[in-house]
Amino acid sequence: MNVNNISDSEASLARRTLGFTLQNIFKPILQIILFILCSILFLSFIVIFLALILRGSHTEIDLLNNVLVILPQVIIDGLVRGFLFATIALGYTMVYGVLEFINFAHGEIFMVGAFTGAGFASILNHFGFLKGFPAIPFLIISLLLGMFVSGSLALLTERIAYRRLRNAPRLVPLISALGVSLLLQDLMRMIVTATGLGFNTSYRTPDMGKPWQIAKFIIPDGRQAVMSIDSRSLNFIIAAMIMLIGLNYLVSATKLGKAIRAVAEDRHTASLMGVNVNQIISLTFLIGGALGGAAGVLFGIRVGTIDPYIGFLNGLKAFTAAVLGGIGNITGAMVGGILLGFLEAFVASYLSLFTNGEFAGANYADITAFSILILILIFRPAGLLGETVAQKV
Amino acid sequence: MKSDPVAYFLVTAYALLTTTLLLRYPRTNLATDLIFVLFLGTILILHKSALAKSYKLLISSLILGLALPFFGTLNPFYIDVATFIGIFVVLALGLNVVVGFAGLLDLGYVAFYAVGAYLWAIFSTPQAGQIWPAWSSHFPLAPLWFFLFIPFALIVGAAMGVLLGLPVLRLRGDYLAIVTLGFGEVIRVLATNLDRPINITNGAQGIKSIGRPPLFFAPFFQALGWNLSESQLYQLYFYFLVLIMVGITLVVVRHLNDSRIGRAWTAIREDETAAIAMGVPLVKMKLLAFAVGASFASVMGMLFAAKQLFINPPTFDLIRSISILSMVILGGMGSIPGVILGATLVTLLNLQLLPRIAMELGQLNLPPYIDPTRYQRMIFGLLLILMTIFRSEGILPEDRRQKELHEK
Repeated sequence: MNVNNISDSEASLARRTLGFTLQNIFKPILQIILFILCSILFLSFIVIFLALILRGSHTEIDLLNNVLVILPQVIIDGLVRGFLFATIALGYTMVYGVLEFINFAHGEIFMVGAFTGAGFASILNHFGFLKGFPAIPFLIISLLLGMFVSGSLALLTERIAYRRLRNAPRLVPLISALGVSLLLQDLMRMIVTATGLGFNTSYRTPDMGKPWQIAKFIIPDGRQAVMSIDSRSLNFIIAAMIMLIGLNYLVSATKLGKAIRAVAEDRHTASLMGVNVNQIISLTFLIGGALGGAAGVLFGIRVGTIDPYIGFLNGLKAFTAAVLGGIGNITGAMVGGILLGFLEAFVASYLSLFTNGEFAGANYADITAFSILILILIFRPAGLLGETVAQKV
Repeated sequence: MKSDPVAYFLVTAYALLTTTLLLRYPRTNLATDLIFVLFLGTILILHKSALAKSYKLLISSLILGLALPFFGTLNPFYIDVATFIGIFVVLALGLNVVVGFAGLLDLGYVAFYAVGAYLWAIFSTPQAGQIWPAWSSHFPLAPLWFFLFIPFALIVGAAMGVLLGLPVLRLRGDYLAIVTLGFGEVIRVLATNLDRPINITNGAQGIKSIGRPPLFFAPFFQALGWNLSESQLYQLYFYFLVLIMVGITLVVVRHLNDSRIGRAWTAIREDETAAIAMGVPLVKMKLLAFAVGASFASVMGMLFAAKQLFINPPTFDLIRSISILSMVILGGMGSIPGVILGATLVTLLNLQLLPRIAMELGQLNLPPYIDPTRYQRMIFGLLLILMTIFRSEGILPEDRRQKELHEK
């Protein structure tokens, strides 16, 4: 790599890097865990508070107990959604970091990852290997395949549809990205209908084991509130965590990461310093795409049925998460994703409970993301962790 | 073409030839499709030629005001296509104000169209009584209210545009794209779900038997001895309404572009920072662009609802916004003739070419997944990518933009 040139002066610094590296990797992770705990406490407090206030208006049901009995499951649901958005949001945020460009097609990269996994599973199933396949190797192979296909696809789209538009007016690459997104949706639809997977492809998996019960609470009316997590969701969270730690290491503690940060800071100066800008940009697309693909595989395994249009809404929400955390900021994308996931899970589960079934929560959960997006853009356009940067002229 | 007698003769001959051919073969088939396209091409030829303005105006008005409606009485399909072309021309011109003139990428444009459509649909049917029981005595509105409702739809559309624009227009362009995309989805989700707790939009079932403007000229037509059925009358009626709207829109958009406001938009599009430095009121001008675009869409939504008699939420999905955007990009952002051409081509592609190919392919017994009408997204996607990579100034570009894109 050409980045070697800048590293001579760093030889002395390298000696004290171990502690530094550990700090660099684990500090954001600790921050995120802390953040998760805080959001859980905060949101739970809000719903319980609301339940206590609204108690008088719903005499026929015991609102507080109904709220409490599903609370543990809502938290788990929010956590899974949150990691989903976080992993996709990383792709948006990294590309935005280096190119200041919203890669509309990233949602479709995620979708392609999901279908790669589903395709792999259905091939296994076709030859009768799926039933006896051990769960962990299956997961790892699916993830690697999904990451490979999605990463290469992201690389390819950058090469074909974005690279030559890099100096065009801002609107132009955005429109091209939109085109790529639409094209991929229908291309995938054509492929799945032609190969017999069907528009609604079911994602087959080997037996993943039983749900794991984490805790049990007794709520005031004597019922039990069970906090359990099924193994698919658990896989999701663990895999997402590992990827996030890996990415953090890559970006904050390696030479490659330094080159990526340099390109994000100032493309022109970075190229003067001997960084191969085109290569770094390709690499950013590759990493972002691979993360998206992995998210797709995990998502597919968790929900069980996927269709070619899943990328659109999830992509949009993940973008919201990226903006929420401060676009261009990697920790911000994770924090934003997790917060959005929690908010959505709480709205989806509690809206109909609080409004006596007048508003179906699941339908309005999608709107939550956009309302949040608009609110952030009004009040804190730089996002939660973003800093206000003066516009480059 | 030079402006000499030969050119006049050639153009007139072409117009006469296509018109005669069209009127001779009023059947719906591939040949008529082609002739219809050539017939509409007369307008393009007129635009490109260097003939006298009065002559151009005369021929165009004869073609659009006389030949086409007359053909419509022979074959209802093509006048319907022409009406849709008109609707989309207005929509594309409206979006062009936002995207082409002011350089703001709006991906939820169809939301404003939906607002206009639902507005008229609700108040011209008993649906209004569902919202507020006391209203059921006043609504549905009488047909004549249609015309009074147009300015109302205009104002509501503009207000919606301003409301959406206020929070996001202070930010950079790419945020706007995502927020408008989200807004389009929000409007669709609301339209699907607002049948509870108060039934406002009748949910996924949509609203049926929407009111139409009165056929006040029907007795006059009968007195002249033209016996047209009611559906034919309505078709001609909507065709002319749309034609008038196209005319009004053209005049408005032209004048806006040539005015102080248009120059401010161009300045914003080219360089926001420089525009602020030159004293252009940024937010005000952006909001104005948004409001103008939204009000056009809202009025056309009303017309569309009245024409179709039925609307439901899927009518206003993302792909509709994208197809309008494709029209603008294909024709050339910022170029009024380009956008008209783009709207015509994309509408013809959607309503004529794709179904026709699908029909011809259907006879070959191919598997159903090859049906091209089902791959609109792919076609628009390819169109957008190819246009941005190879000819981002569009087919009929605006002079200034062409220079800008080729100076680097």
